[in-house]
Amino acid sequence: MGSPTGDAEEIQVLTLEAYADTIIPGERRSADDRAIAGVAPGGGAVQAGALEMLNDPATGVTAGLAPLSQTLNAHATAYAAEIGLDLDGTVPPFVSLSYEHRSALIARLVAPGHPEKDGWVLLALFSYMAYDSAAHMHTTDAIAAGHPGLLSMGFGKPDDDGLWRFREHSYGRALARPHPNTTSSGSPA
Amino acid sequence: MTVESTDVLVVGSGFGGAIAAYHLAAGGARVVVLERGPWLSGKDFEHDFLLGSSYTRVFDFVAGDGMSVLSGNCVGGGSVVYFAALPRAPRFTFERHGSIGRRMWPSAINRDTLDPWYDRISEAMVVEQQTWDDVTFAGGLWAAACDHAGRTANPVPVSVDLSKCTNCNWMMAGCRFDAKRSLLFSYIPAAVSHGADIRPLHEVQRIERKDDGSYRVRYTTIDEVDYRVHTGEGAIDAKIIVLAAGAGATPVILKRSEETLGAMPHAVGRYFSGNGERLNTAVLNEDRVRDVLGLSRAGGRIAYEANQIGKGPVVANWDKLDASLPEYGRFSLEQLYFPPGLGTILAQAPGVADPAWFGPAKKRMLEQWKSWLIIFQMTEDDNEGVFGPPPPTGNAFRISQQMLGRGPLSYDPTPNTLSGWAAADAEVKDILERDGLAEVTAWTNDLVGAYTVHPLASCRIGDDPATSALDDRHELRGHPGIFVTDGSAVPGALTVNPALTIGALAERAIPGIVRAARERGVAVDYGAPVPVGVTSTPMTTGVAG
Ligand SMILES: Cc1cc2nc3c(=O)[nH]c(=O)nc-3n(C[C@H](O)[C@H](O)[C@H](O)COP(=O)(O)OP(=O)(O)OC[C@H]3O[C@@H](n4cnc5c(N)ncnc54)[C@H](O)[C@@H]3O)c2cc1C
Repeated sequence: MGSPTGDAEEIQVLTLEAYADTIIPGERRSADDRAIAGVAPGGGAVQAGALEMLNDPATGVTAGLAPLSQTLNAHATAYAAEIGLDLDGTVPPFVSLSYEHRSALIARLVAPGHPEKDGWVLLALFSYMAYDSAAHMHTTDAIAAGHPGLLSMGFGKPDDDGLWRFREHSYGRALARPHPNTTSSGSPA
Repeated sequence: MTVESTDVLVVGSGFGGAIAAYHLAAGGARVVVLERGPWLSGKDFEHDFLLGSSYTRVFDFVAGDGMSVLSGNCVGGGSVVYFAALPRAPRFTFERHGSIGRRMWPSAINRDTLDPWYDRISEAMVVEQQTWDDVTFAGGLWAAACDHAGRTANPVPVSVDLSKCTNCNWMMAGCRFDAKRSLLFSYIPAAVSHGADIRPLHEVQRIERKDDGSYRVRYTTIDEVDYRVHTGEGAIDAKIIVLAAGAGATPVILKRSEETLGAMPHAVGRYFSGNGERLNTAVLNEDRVRDVLGLSRAGGRIAYEANQIGKGPVVANWDKLDASLPEYGRFSLEQLYFPPGLGTILAQAPGVADPAWFGPAKKRMLEQWKSWLIIFQMTEDDNEGVFGPPPPTGNAFRISQQMLGRGPLSYDPTPNTLSGWAAADAEVKDILERDGLAEVTAWTNDLVGAYTVHPLASCRIGDDPATSALDDRHELRGHPGIFVTDGSAVPGALTVNPALTIGALAERAIPGIVRAARERGVAVDYGAPVPVGVTSTPMTTGVAG
């Protein structure tokens, strides 16, 4: 594990991973994994590809990742001071926080009225999209690779031509009475 | 820079734009349509969440302050990405007062006077009633739950060729199987066959008034992959302008043009309505669905688990579309599907403290994704949206290469709107939490504000110049020859899906636009039939620059 004053890129990766893991948490990749807090079983946003997603220039957030991760660590330092927490110093300040505190800090940053809200929401949005739709990959490739988000959500598989069709789609029977004020063409009267 | 000229310049190719382009071209006018999005069809509509493919190319998602708007961004506009549910608006919506304290619709319009125009647009879009065999598991479940709670439920009329539909549920990305009868199958090919010149990837930025009373429209061309990149610019002079860029974009173009057009009516960029939209997510208890509602699939193994299966909204509850209820107390409830990536984030995990849209409990909720049922509420809001100063281009500061931007709309819901949302939330809970069928939560408004796919009323028609930007013929007050025919002209929330009403109003506006064009020396007649069965395959030029 690098020191927080060490490699800037490593600090950024750890910090963004910790952010993404707060949004959709997963299990640690190894015993000494510090970025992932390890509060949920199975892969989370990090394993789903959050860093690949954020580093895709199509998102429009790539240039903001360095300033956002620096600001996040500054917020974490201030937050720790405010509530009297000790930061352990061997990892970036945000990574040093427990899941509970990471989550509480992010809740403040994305709350309506926070001046930096837009940036934090974008970071959350793309972390989410890495998990719930694997938007950095072709969906068929993501499914073939056992993408953790699509797999755990139970996203169905396509036909051999890579397109989805559901032949079985209806209970096939009347299940309610229509509203009495319905026109013959099926609109509200 | 050379300046071209035409008789009629149409901005945007959704309902308002395509309908005007067809009738004016069919009547003999020279028509150019400028559309900021690409021109796609059939095989272009991929089943893929990858950024830069299907969804992101055809959508525009603009986050504002308190309201986010999702719209189409392609030739055919919202009709390419929409769910094609096309009910008529109930009679009482035309009598609404909303925030102005007296009837907000022009006196010439009510349900009876609009019905003949509804007939026309319904014929063109081929609106059909669905049978219970067409109703998907999600719609069937919603119907069964309504019935169990003593309510009614209606299969909604749609513009889908059900014989071609595969229930793939990628409908929002554009229909791969040509089952959705978008404008690409009717007004657009019909307009082209009469000589209309439709130019994709052309974004209109500004309108100028010329000394002779005609107008000059300035546009930029947009890169076909990275919509942040503008590749060129041009100008076209026209005698008549039809603005139809959608309710999230039309007022922005007009406000940007104030310097060159002169002052805008007060109502331009005000009175925006999100059609009172709100979304709830129910996580169903599969055992209770089987035991209480008696539903099962595939030999009784599974009761539902069908969130991914289907096609847009197929069943709606209309019990609260009751004219005797007070204003803001009326709404409809429609089951629908939102794909992951475009709405999953906003669903809130039941029973946890705020913020409930992320964290371990939300992850557990995602694990039950197959058992989700999304309910879409269309309530009566208070037209409280206001557009601030326009961004330099388009209707937003573009963030992502495609789709995502930050726009100048602000929306601060009034107690009236909030009470309508609360009543609709309570009704959904009463129906779906009954007998342990599900746990229901509303989508959070904290993240991107309220969320609408039905932007309306930002430039509305009306009789009173103080509260309407357009007269009842859709002409922009104080700017003769400029007409607005898109959703921005609709005065307020409709309590049902709006596209058929937008189309009916556009059809109704055409005779007046033809008259104005003739007065301005354009040789054009009115009287072309609605385009029916124009083509069985959509018209496309591929992606032209
Ligand atoms: C996901 C989704 C589902 C929906 N489902 C339904 C449904 O089931 N039923 C229903 O009734 N309605 C539905 N709607 C809403 C419906 O699509 C809209 O109400 C309708 O399309 C609005 O028509 P319009 O003419 O106002 O604008 P649009 O159809 O939005 O057309 C405006 C066009 O203008 C273009 N444009 C914008 N700015 C510029 C510019 N500066 N220069 C050039 N072109 C520009 C846009 O790209 C767009 O093509 C849905 C919408 C969405 C997004």
